Amino acid sequence: MRVIPFVPARPGLRRGLASLCGVVLCVCLLAGAALAQLTFPPLTGRVVDAAHVLDASTFASLQAKLAGQEGKTSDQLVVATVPSLQGTSIEDYANRLFRAWKLGQAKENNGVLLLVAPSERKVRIEVGYGLEGIVTDAVASTIIQTSIIPAFRAGNMQRGIVAGTDALLEILNLDPEEAKVRARALGQKPDYGWAPFIVFAVFMILVCGLFILVVRFAMRNGWGNGAGRSASWEWTSATGWQRSSSSSSSSSSWGSSSSSSGGGFSGGGGSSGGGGSSGSW
Amino acid sequence: MPMPAMSLASRFRFPSLLVVVGLVLAGCGINAIPTNEELAKARWSEVLNQYQRRADLIPNLVETVKGYAAQEKDVLTAVVEARAKATQVKVDASTITDPAQFKQFQDAQSQLSGALGRLLAISEAYPELKSNQNFLALQSQIEGTENRIAVARRDYIEAVRVYNTELKTFPGSIWAATLYRANKPMETFTISEQQMQVPKVKF
Repeated sequence: MRVIPFVPARPGLRRGLASLCGVVLCVCLLAGAALAQLTFPPLTGRVVDAAHVLDASTFASLQAKLAGQEGKTSDQLVVATVPSLQGTSIEDYANRLFRAWKLGQAKENNGVLLLVAPSERKVRIEVGYGLEGIVTDAVASTIIQTSIIPAFRAGNMQRGIVAGTDALLEILNLDPEEAKVRARALGQKPDYGWAPFIVFAVFMILVCGLFILVVRFAMRNGWGNGAGRSASWEWTSATGWQRSSSSSSSSSSWGSSSSSSGGGFSGGGGSSGGGGSSGSW
Repeated sequence: MPMPAMSLASRFRFPSLLVVVGLVLAGCGINAIPTNEELAKARWSEVLNQYQRRADLIPNLVETVKGYAAQEKDVLTAVVEARAKATQVKVDASTITDPAQFKQFQDAQSQLSGALGRLLAISEAYPELKSNQNFLALQSQIEGTENRIAVARRDYIEAVRVYNTELKTFPGSIWAATLYRANKPMETFTISEQQMQVPKVKF
């Protein structure tokens, strides 16, 4: 290996390089520390079985039940099993996972996460802000103590998870009027599909028109005749604004904001403030 | 070189200059300090909200425990006193920027946490109390509130970190030294010595 030619024996430069290397090293270490915090399994569907405790048929039936619930009331109920809590408490892990997955619709915050950590023997129901009034802490605790824990103690993980999910669904559908209100929020969405874009386009046209008018007016009145103007400006001021309009760039960024979901499941943008309950067996 | 209306030209130049200056200032983060400040204040309100919620639950819990474990007078009165102390601490807008006031608030709340923890711990010794439905519901609510407090504190700490960083780093430090001189860095929660010690397990 050859010695890098631009590192001569000048002490000042060498010191500078050394400190630069130090800074780079620090940044790398900090980034490493940030990455080392917690890692979450990807949200592949309504049932994320990262700890592999569910068989294929249970997995499919759970997923169908949860999808049916979201279709009915827009509630996003997700069941997750994780192989490890990575050293933190289940409360902390569940809240961070809930927020990372953004469960529940953005405005309703109506997500529920049933998290099972078999290796730590811990289970938690994390409830989004919007459902705290329905799945209260006491209700979540009762579901865990009466539906989930007995089955887990008997060694049947699947039965506990299914029973817990069924109990949660039952609670969510207990008051049909309330469920209907949440469902209405789901149905409202397509109503104003193109309206914001049209309003924005009209607004942009108005702004552009105003801009053009102002420029034209300014040209007429010799705006371009100030000190330090180039010769081309004088020429354009004589012939009108059309010649100089090539410099104004048309904005097209607004058209790219529409997003499309690829048919997969994703969180609706909801959040949780730590509501729910946890238990261990 | 035609020079029709020089006065009109300068009349246009001033407002456009204003617009440009406004945009440049916004780009330089002149709004960042107030924005972060409001966010941190909102997070602080959530912290207070959850502490209040806990304080509201305690009288019911104390009454329920009294019905089954009246002989645990020391623990019960400790909870009642700690609650009274915690709710008496004056909290206003200056609490989050005043280290002494903030410490007072934090100490009072952590004292209540300790007393409450002891109360829940002794209730383990009373099977009748443990099977009481009312107690179970209250217990889960208290636990849930403790967890909400933890989440609210975490969110507040993060918001304060962003705000304090904005005050100290470029370009926020320039605005902090000129426009926002009244803005002080906010206090965050610290873990007390007591909580940092590893709990001892006796066999």
